[in-house]
Amino acid sequence: MTPILQLSGITKRFPGVLANDHIDLYLNQGEILGLLGENGAGKSTLMNILYGLYQPDEGEIFVNGESVVINSPTDAIQAGIGMVHQHFMLIPVFTVAENVMLGQESIKFGDFLDRTDASKKIFEISEQFNLPVHPNDLVRDLPVGIQQKVEIIKLLYREAEILIFDEPTAVLTPQEADELFAIMRSLALQGKSIIFITHKLREVLEVADRIMVIRLGAVVGETTPDGASKNSLAAMMVGREVNLVVDKEVKIPGEVVLSVQDLVVTDKFQNIVVDHVSLDVRSGEIVGIAGVQGNGQTELVEAVTGLRKNSGGLINLLGENITHATPRQITELGSAHVPEDRLADGLVLPFPTAENLVLCTYYKEPFSKGVVLQYQTILEHAERLVHDFDIRTPSALTPVSNLSGGNQQKVIIARELSRPIQFLIASQPTRGLDVGSIEYIHNRIVNKRDEGCAVLLVSPELDEIMELSDRIAVMYRGKILAVVDSRHVTKEQIGLMMAGEMPEEGFSAKEKHVVERTF
Amino acid sequence: MKREPNKFEEAGQAILQEINEPDQEQEQHKRSVWSVVSIPLLAILTGLIIGAILIAATSSSVYAAFGESPWRGIGAIFSEVYQAYKALFTGSIGDPVRIINALRSGEGSAIRAAFNPFLESLVQATPYIFAGLAVAFGFRSGLFNIGVEGQLFIGAACATFVGYAIKGLPFIIHMPLAFLAGALGGALWGFIPGLLKALTGGHEVINTIMMNYIAFRLTEWLLSGVMTRPDSGGMPISPLIEKSAQIPQFFKSPIRFHLGFFIALGVAWLIWWLLFKTKWGLNFRTVGANPRAAKYAGLSVPKSYMLAMAISGALAGLAGAVQVLAVNRSMALGLSSGYGFDSIALALIGNNHPLGVVLTSILFGTLRNGATRMMVVSRIPIDIVDVMQAIILMFVAAPAIIRSLYRLRKSKEGEETVFVSGWGGGQS
Repeated sequence: MTPILQLSGITKRFPGVLANDHIDLYLNQGEILGLLGENGAGKSTLMNILYGLYQPDEGEIFVNGESVVINSPTDAIQAGIGMVHQHFMLIPVFTVAENVMLGQESIKFGDFLDRTDASKKIFEISEQFNLPVHPNDLVRDLPVGIQQKVEIIKLLYREAEILIFDEPTAVLTPQEADELFAIMRSLALQGKSIIFITHKLREVLEVADRIMVIRLGAVVGETTPDGASKNSLAAMMVGREVNLVVDKEVKIPGEVVLSVQDLVVTDKFQNIVVDHVSLDVRSGEIVGIAGVQGNGQTELVEAVTGLRKNSGGLINLLGENITHATPRQITELGSAHVPEDRLADGLVLPFPTAENLVLCTYYKEPFSKGVVLQYQTILEHAERLVHDFDIRTPSALTPVSNLSGGNQQKVIIARELSRPIQFLIASQPTRGLDVGSIEYIHNRIVNKRDEGCAVLLVSPELDEIMELSDRIAVMYRGKILAVVDSRHVTKEQIGLMMAGEMPEEGFSAKEKHVVERTF
Repeated sequence: MKREPNKFEEAGQAILQEINEPDQEQEQHKRSVWSVVSIPLLAILTGLIIGAILIAATSSSVYAAFGESPWRGIGAIFSEVYQAYKALFTGSIGDPVRIINALRSGEGSAIRAAFNPFLESLVQATPYIFAGLAVAFGFRSGLFNIGVEGQLFIGAACATFVGYAIKGLPFIIHMPLAFLAGALGGALWGFIPGLLKALTGGHEVINTIMMNYIAFRLTEWLLSGVMTRPDSGGMPISPLIEKSAQIPQFFKSPIRFHLGFFIALGVAWLIWWLLFKTKWGLNFRTVGANPRAAKYAGLSVPKSYMLAMAISGALAGLAGAVQVLAVNRSMALGLSSGYGFDSIALALIGNNHPLGVVLTSILFGTLRNGATRMMVVSRIPIDIVDVMQAIILMFVAAPAIIRSLYRLRKSKEGEETVFVSGWGGGQS
């Protein structure tokens, strides 16, 4: 059987970088090919070549056995290749139907748009592939998961046979991701062929028929989910053995560092988003907050760090009442915060790495004397952190906007963890990062805990919570449903609670510390 | 047989090597300087070229010459453009022949007169420096201060009032007092929209524009009432300021070159130091570049906005004060030829950096000054210079045009787009 798509010897050079090094790849009809690689391995370059955004320096592309030249996305669509981008290409103020037909409008009476016809087609597609959407909804009103379905429908509307998904789960909740995998399987069953780009091991193992691993621009291996494990895939991706399970010894926690009592936070419409939450974090322990995104975790973190006003309750940090303290007062008590959205909150992108590394401390000795900044000291400090935390940057003066996502996150981690702190809030500390960086950051966080720091970890990734936490608090609709010992609970039980259901055995919503620690 | 390379080849090889494998660090430095100045320089060049086309296209003698023969027409184009740009050059920098002759003669007055066009360009540049710094400081702090013109008028009015109403002070006190009164007036005028933004989130672009109207009418009212010169016969003009309040000019009339230019340079240095060397400056720039990260880092975003608007307003007020105290010596309604508005463009060309602002201000002052001479000598309307300035600005504001025109590669360092954040960046 001729593969529906074949790439042979694709090579792409950028100044100073060999992004793709003679890559050979084939895709059979009805197959889901997982393309696995770290950030910067060259996956996206390869797919951009396939989608006509870049031209390869060498190599050929065959569709159904015929050599094709793809100079633009229009050529790609002509050849039946469609791409669901990581960041959606939708126009928020248009309806679903308008977005889908954009560029291939149905027309009647000369130049008038035929919305009925388009809606009918969209309806047929959504029936056939189980993609429920309403053609007349405005895209901006839709949740991210549905927007992605609109993107998929767009491709099917253009009769794409080969679908490329570029890191499609980066923006999804675990539930939405599971739903997406079901859709992908159903597409494959109905004859569509799929390339699924990701750096998440669990996902390829779950959904792909065949897995290809790319490292430093070259194919380093090919396998099937049956013949591979998380560990073997990670080793292939990174090029060395990766320890996916964090070594963590049991520790007896010390004093209560953070104590939250009856905290209430409202959003700008006065809806209660954090609903009478009480929580303790002790020194030397990691308390993980599990929950689907949007259940009040963000607001809880913002309230504890002083970024958001709370409407009731009491927050104590290290014996001080910080209920109405400013972010700076809270920082100066000895707390650190790895923010959820690193680009929006954690970094000033146009500023040099060195300045970002002192973002929270530059106003103090030794970084300023009087009002004058001590750039010599700031630079030396930056160079030390760049070395200690292995931040890959051309120099400490390079703007952080030029660093890769993983290294940007390392800048934040270095800044926050290098201070003498007793309390750390880490909000989604590994979002969008590759295996190597995740391993590194996890180890750093556990080290802090071992030094006696109290850690509050917030993450929608259940694996991360299960692996790192000593205790797990599950948040659902602004409430903490239960706080459980991580050694006495299964992933399934937590998953159920994340969906708002209390498992039978011994858990009760009324009691806060359901499973007492057994030391 | 192997041929010995001769000397030229050796030299050529060395140069080639130098080009291909230059000293890394030096090369990087060169490249970063080039990436900063290339766009403005090429924009200016393009502006001059298009200006030349306009000069040719609007000249009746060129059309007349084309009527005779195409060759004459082309000749006329070159001679017209040459005449115009020669006038622009001699009017703004000076006539080289005259300068050399004056230097040979060794006569003090002749030398001064020969250099006067250049000195006059610096006089023209002075208010631009203050106003440009005002806009640049705002942009760096995440604020789009369109109200510089209004702040300039209020500053001028305050400086004028202190300049003529207080009598009997020694120069050493009176002049600085009047100058600082200008800063204070401008600061107040800038602080109001800053306060409104901090308290209510009202956008500074709208509020500063409105404050401009209030400032224009307010000064008009003041000049035709409270502050009118007693013998002006109803003309809206203020009394002359006291001698003790004047910023001194260095030479006898008609050379107007004055101390204010050096004060402007000093203030530019001060703003550079404040922005880039102090923790206050880092506060302002952090809020300007990313207000959310600033809040996360523990800064008060509203406080920063209020302070930055006041400082920006103070700088704008100084632009008005320096014109009154050093050049006009009294205040009339024709005080500013749109310094406040030109300065927005000027700050953008100068990349919102104090040094860039100073250089661009001198360029603007030179163009303005030379344009006057161009108008007199070759009867080219001053509007052509306005058009040239506008073209230069357009190219600077849309660097993609220059890049594609001159096939420049986009700089890898990622240009700082500080000015963009002025519009939508204020998310708080």
